[in-house]
Amino acid sequence: MSKSLPAMTIQDVRTPDPKRFIPGATGDWEVVIGMEVHAQVSSNAKLFSGASTGFGAEPNAHVSLVDAAMPGMLPVINEECVRQAIRTGLGLKAEINRRSVFDRKNYFYPDLPQGYQISQYKQPIVGEGKVSVSVGPDREGRFEEIEIGIERLHLEQDAGKSVHDQHPTMSYVDLNRSGVALMEIVSKPDLRSSDEAKAYLTKLRTIMRYLGTCDGNMDEGSLRADVNVSVRKPGGEFGTRCEIKNVNSIRFVGQAIEFEARRQIGVLEDGGAIVQETRLFDPSKGETRSMRTKEEAHDYRYFPDPDLLPLEFDQAYVDALGRDLPELPDDKRGRLIDSLGLSAYDASILVSDKAIADYFEKVAAGRDGKLAANWVINDLLGALNKAGRDIEDAPVSPDQIGAIIDLIREGTISGKIAKDLFEIVWNEGGDPRELVESRGLKQVTDTGAIEKAVDEVIAANPDKVEQAKAKPSMAGWFVGQVMKATGGKANPQAVNDLVKQKLGVEG
Amino acid sequence: MSVDLQTVKRVAHLARIAVTEDDAARMTGELNAILGFVEQLDEVDVSGVEPMTSVTPMKMRERQDEVTDGEKAADIVANAPATDANFFLVPKVVE
Repeated sequence: MSKSLPAMTIQDVRTPDPKRFIPGATGDWEVVIGMEVHAQVSSNAKLFSGASTGFGAEPNAHVSLVDAAMPGMLPVINEECVRQAIRTGLGLKAEINRRSVFDRKNYFYPDLPQGYQISQYKQPIVGEGKVSVSVGPDREGRFEEIEIGIERLHLEQDAGKSVHDQHPTMSYVDLNRSGVALMEIVSKPDLRSSDEAKAYLTKLRTIMRYLGTCDGNMDEGSLRADVNVSVRKPGGEFGTRCEIKNVNSIRFVGQAIEFEARRQIGVLEDGGAIVQETRLFDPSKGETRSMRTKEEAHDYRYFPDPDLLPLEFDQAYVDALGRDLPELPDDKRGRLIDSLGLSAYDASILVSDKAIADYFEKVAAGRDGKLAANWVINDLLGALNKAGRDIEDAPVSPDQIGAIIDLIREGTISGKIAKDLFEIVWNEGGDPRELVESRGLKQVTDTGAIEKAVDEVIAANPDKVEQAKAKPSMAGWFVGQVMKATGGKANPQAVNDLVKQKLGVEG
Repeated sequence: MSVDLQTVKRVAHLARIAVTEDDAARMTGELNAILGFVEQLDEVDVSGVEPMTSVTPMKMRERQDEVTDGEKAADIVANAPATDANFFLVPKVVE
């Protein structure tokens, strides 16, 4: 927890921006936010024991004698957790500390059997870094790029879980989470609105998902945030902050900040003062309230854990991990814009989720990037959104969308038929090429057949023909009728040309 | 550095150790004697010396990321004073 660290000089790296100000009775206010994000490390076993990290097990099934803090048990660090912390640090463009130290953070709570949490205090494994965050889009569809400083990242143990509603006088304690590795990622107080805070947390999650260092699943508690909020007059001295603990969804982060900023402004405008305290966000009421914990709970009496030696590794190890990092979202976005010619907007959407980016790259392989982007964003994501499904269980595979795009490019089907074909594949599955054959969806390019259809429509509508001669834009009506008569299978360009030729109109 | 009666009571409470008034008064004297003894270390000039976190000249041992333990919930809760369905039961604690 950063607040108990030795005082550091806080630098204001942002320029106050009126569009983020919150109006109050005495003028505008500016909110200042810093976040401590707890991310569960993706690993098979816990940080200091060989018990499983799997979610949803029976009570106390994933517990070793180390996790239950039985006398005489000693912690042995999991090398994978160290590796994942370093990789995350590299993804945050942060300084990696080749020597770090584990400390005991002492407090008393039933779901913490050791009576202390093994954490890192003065010498964390990762130091300062930075994250580039896209905020938006605004009403004009624009994104704003901001840079948020990272103060540190350290490794620590998670605690167990207490259940309070099973018994009138007893709490139930399950230690399955006890000892699971967490990365606490502490930002600098560089955030200036709830939207920025939400975008920052989303970006952290995206980076960790690309790296495979945290699954980012907030429903299962893999990612939680403590949010430090204070308000001030724009550009003035930093105000006193309150810490909102354990917010477990991105939406709640936004709601908690909005409520807390307004609450603090209300207190200050009524002539009161903000008391530095820990608060809880209540999602059902949409408000924060003071945690009535005794003040001494914050007296953690940190000291180096005598059961553990300092954590040391050489630069060659760090360099090797750096070489093996996957392409990160910012780099991928740059590449999609530069080499595939996508718009910044489309590229931002595609890289925002690793699963979407992977899907898109499979569709785009060997095909036109923009066309692939249109299909993935408009058709696939649109349909998924409508159906309330995730890309992981999309009923249409990248190969299937790719085949539909190929069929359009080859002139085998029209764009309109392609949309119908997509729907058939979505609902029924199957190979798009075979479906085109079996359902007779092939585009009619045979000029004779199209000509016949055009002639029929013209012959049946002599009045419209007269109108079209006076008003050439009426030709569109004939094109529509011919397309209808051919079940949408006629090549629209060929129909257009023939209609104009037969009516004797231009344009 | 020295401690007063208040501090001794506070430290005892933080550690959840029950200490009577009489014992607290006695321990204040004992703790101050110990602290005075430790204070003699201040006579050594340690400027520029890195704090030592271990006395063993060895590298920390690491484990592979393999599940090798757990799946013994009944053993884990075997000695607990109160349990239900392999949960530990403790006097109710609610924030």
